[in-house]
Formats: sequence, structure tokens, C-alpha cells
Amino acid sequence: MNWTLSHWPEILEALGQHLVLVLASIAIAFALALALGIAIARRPRLSAIVIGTTGAIYAVPSLALFAMLIPLVGLGRAPAIVGLSAYALLVLVRNVATGLRGVPAEVLDAARGMGFGPWRSLLRIELPLALPVIVAGLRIATVTLIGIATIAAYVNAGGLGALIFAGIDQRFAEKILVGGGLASALAIGADVALTRLERRLGAQVAA
Amino acid sequence: MLRDAVLWIAEHPGLFLKAVDTHLKLSGAALAIAAALALPLGLALGRFPRAAFAAINAAGALRSVPSLAILALALPFLGIGFAPSLVALVILAVPPILINAVVGTREVDADVVDAARGMGMTALEIALRIEMPLAAPVMFAGLRTAAVQVIAGATLATFIGGGGLGDFIATGIAIMDFSRLLVGAVPIALLAMATELGLSGVERRLFGERRAG
Repeated sequence: MNWTLSHWPEILEALGQHLVLVLASIAIAFALALALGIAIARRPRLSAIVIGTTGAIYAVPSLALFAMLIPLVGLGRAPAIVGLSAYALLVLVRNVATGLRGVPAEVLDAARGMGFGPWRSLLRIELPLALPVIVAGLRIATVTLIGIATIAAYVNAGGLGALIFAGIDQRFAEKILVGGGLASALAIGADVALTRLERRLGAQVAA
Repeated sequence: MLRDAVLWIAEHPGLFLKAVDTHLKLSGAALAIAAALALPLGLALGRFPRAAFAAINAAGALRSVPSLAILALALPFLGIGFAPSLVALVILAVPPILINAVVGTREVDADVVDAARGMGMTALEIALRIEMPLAAPVMFAGLRTAAVQVIAGATLATFIGGGGLGDFIATGIAIMDFSRLLVGAVPIALLAMATELGLSGVERRLFGERRAG
């Protein structure tokens, strides 16, 4: 416990770096996923290609993915954020497309009948109805990235993983417990918070 | 760079094959042990709603611990090498298998179980001949998820001296040799993708539509 008590600024800094890594990656991935998800929602063949490609990326172990990005973008936050965004894509694209596909055809017909153009229908009708499923995707992606981001420390991206790697190097269990424990707590916290948001949105859509 | 990586493998086939061998042994053994523990446990707990709920929540919490932390924690308690890595990978593989085994068993129609009991089947017979076959698709999906996760996790075994293909990535980064790094990274990526695709294929073949892991 002594180390934790005397090094809390260092711990907080690692936590902050971790949050920045995860949030930046989720933001980038979400922007891409929204565009891709909308594009593939009503195009089965394109959908198979996009889901297949993002699924293949998702299967690549993170240490390998970060490593393969080093020759392309160097060390530091860049390979970490590129890699983490790439991971989040599968879940986000899949849920955006699934959410949009879940909008009943009658609702789309009614919107068209009321004179809604495709964009207005998308923004005012389809995306709001798909929101609970999209938020579920954000939840799964965020929880997953919080764990994977620990490995990003190995390519010098900082974050809670830096504490874990320092603990490995020094055979110091406390650092590993603090880094791993905070990452788990962060993941569980994000899971609980986003599950609540998801339920509230689901209730609104149903009403 | 990729060419250099292939050349390196051609020049050091022994080292490369040994790493592949360790990687596969670690992953395969961890998956087998985790399945041997979690499948019967899930089958047993699935029938009791409260125990099922507790097991799913506990496994869910364990799942939120980063793989890196699980591997790293093996070090201060168990030391370095193959065995500590194996223990860590088993811990990594248990939650997805257990969750799916519990969920699969829980979803088996209670009427079917009642009917089997009415026919005079013992609890063990019901578990093996009724619940297990009916829960098999969901159980298999859990095994698939765990397999991919364990292959990825085994990459991290290098940090605690467990060997495997992750060694080349660690060496590549340490000596800043990108081709060496790819000697590890590309085969790992291919192995993980092949496992995912292969097991998804088996799953579709055996049970039709693929389930969520």
C-alpha cells in the first residue's frame, strides 16, 4: 500500500492517459462506424465485405496489431489510437447497421408518406430509433478497449498498462494490482453507466 | 520488411517452429483445462437460477480484468515460465466458457427436463443426454470466443517468460528490428483469424446459424 499512497499523482496521470487513449479511439471509431453502418445497413453484399474485414481486424491479437503498426506510424500514442480505433470498428459498425435494420418498414413508409426525404428520415426517424442498439455497441466497444489499452503501454502510449509493465519489470505486485485493478474498475464502471443509458433510451424508444 | 521477415524464418526455422509449438501448446492446453473445468461447472450451475446468476456475474467481473493484468499477476505469485503462463491463460479462458455453459443450460426447456425425469432418468443422465446436447450450440460459441482470446493472450506470455510467438514481437521492439517484430505479429494474426474462421465454420456446420459468444 505504501507505494500507492506515495505515488498517487503518477497513478492519476496513468489513469488520465488511459482515459484519453480510450475516448479518442472510441470517438474516431464511432465517426467512421456511423458512416460505414449507414452505408451498409441496406446493402447486404457491401455489409458482408465490411463486417468480414472489420471482423478479421478484431480477431488479430492486440500486441500483434500494435506491433504491425509501428513500422507505419512509429511508437507512442499514434499506433495505439489507430489500433484501438480499428478494434472498436467491428462492434460499432455491426450495431449501427443492426439498429438501422431494426426500424420497421411501415415506419419508413410512413415517414416517406409524410414527405420526409432520405436524409431527414435517417436523422429524425431511423437513427433515434436505432439509438439503444448503437449505445449497446458503444458500451461493448468501450469496455473492450479499456482492457486492450493496457497493452498499448508496450508501444510507449502510456496509460494504466505502464504501471502493469513496470510491475512486471520490477516484480512488484502492487503496481500490477493498481494498474489492473483500476482498469477493471473503469471497465465495470463504463459497463454499468452505459447499460443504464441503454435501458433509459430503450424505454424512451418503446414509449 | 515482410520479405526480411520471411527470410529470417527461412534462416531460423528451428527457432520459429519452436515458438509456434509453444504458442499452440500453451493455447491448446489452457483451452482444454478451462473447458474441463467450466463446462461441467456451467452444466451443474445452470439448473439453479440463483447459482447461475451468481456465476454469470462473477465470470463477467473476471472478464473485465485486462488479459495483461491476469498474465502479469501470475509473475509475483507463480514466477516465470510456461506453467505460470498456462495458469493465467486458464483463468482467462474460463469466464467465456462458463458464461455460455450456464446460459445454454439455463435455456434448456424445463418441460423437457421434467419429462426426462418422469421417464426415470437420473440427474447425471439428464445432464449428459438431455441438457448437454441441447446446450451444445451455445457452449460451442463460448469455446470459440475463449479460443481466440487465449491465442491472443498467449502472445502476452512473452512478458512472463512463457515463450511463444510473442517473443519475436518483444525482441523486435527491444532491438527496434521491424522485420523481427513481423516474424511474430503476422503468424499470430493469421493464427487468430484462422481459428475464428475455422471454428465459426465448424459451428455453422454443426448447429446452423452462429450464436453470439
